[in-house]
Amino acid sequence: MIPLSAYVALSAILFMTGLIGVLIRRNFIIILMSVEIMLNAANINLVAFSHYLDSMAGQLAALFVIAIAAGEAAIGLAIIIVVFRGKMSTNVDQINLLKW
Amino acid sequence: MIYLLFGYFATVSIVAGVFTIALKHPVHCGMSLLTLLLHVAGLFVLLNAEFLFAVQIIVYAGAILILYLFVLMLLNLKTEEQFLHKKYPFALFAGIAILGEILILIFQTPYGGKMGTATTGVILTTGPSHAIGLTMFSDYLLLFEIVGVFLLGAVIGAIVLAKTPSSPVPKADGSN
Repeated sequence: MIPLSAYVALSAILFMTGLIGVLIRRNFIIILMSVEIMLNAANINLVAFSHYLDSMAGQLAALFVIAIAAGEAAIGLAIIIVVFRGKMSTNVDQINLLKW
Repeated sequence: MIYLLFGYFATVSIVAGVFTIALKHPVHCGMSLLTLLLHVAGLFVLLNAEFLFAVQIIVYAGAILILYLFVLMLLNLKTEEQFLHKKYPFALFAGIAILGEILILIFQTPYGGKMGTATTGVILTTGPSHAIGLTMFSDYLLLFEIVGVFLLGAVIGAIVLAKTPSSPVPKADGSN
């Protein structure tokens, strides 16, 4: 039996990978991909606890997270297309209209 | 055997995750993300979540990732010279430090909690999809409806955002 902490540790590593990706990458599309990595890490966590605590709630939450991720990808990519039309670039450093 | 499978899925997902944020070309990043998603689906099988395994493959690998690749293809991006943040070592260091602290805490935590009723035996007798469906349409019906409305809003928002803006001045021949 694999200990629960192994799954939680894997989830933490993947989450921090995604977080570092959001922080260091400058391409908007890669940043959205990093957000997907973070959502997947959360899913692993939820499903692992659902399995080890004999409850269905975690799997349901993971299912809803996947649905939210689909919506987030659709809206995020639409925003990327709109920004790309105006600036001809997906670099987040150039999206600075609201910068102080 | 199960240790071997867990080790394989865990290692490959971590490596693919690192490749996703480290590779330069966006399409290569997308392929690494695909590897990560498939191996996370394998982890779901190890955790007795067969329905989520199917959903992960169909929705994540089949729909979301294809959407990303389509946008990459349509935008036809060139690989940029400066693809990392100028001060990325700071972010990298902070991230790894935080990760170390989290891992220390994770391995010290005694896990426990109220056990539910959906044991592996119960799930195996009724079937994983059946068990999920029963829970979803009884205890989580409101959440299910809210997700439906959310997805409708996302579809409408994506269409409105990505629509080609029509010119404000109508053309002389009446066509838009």
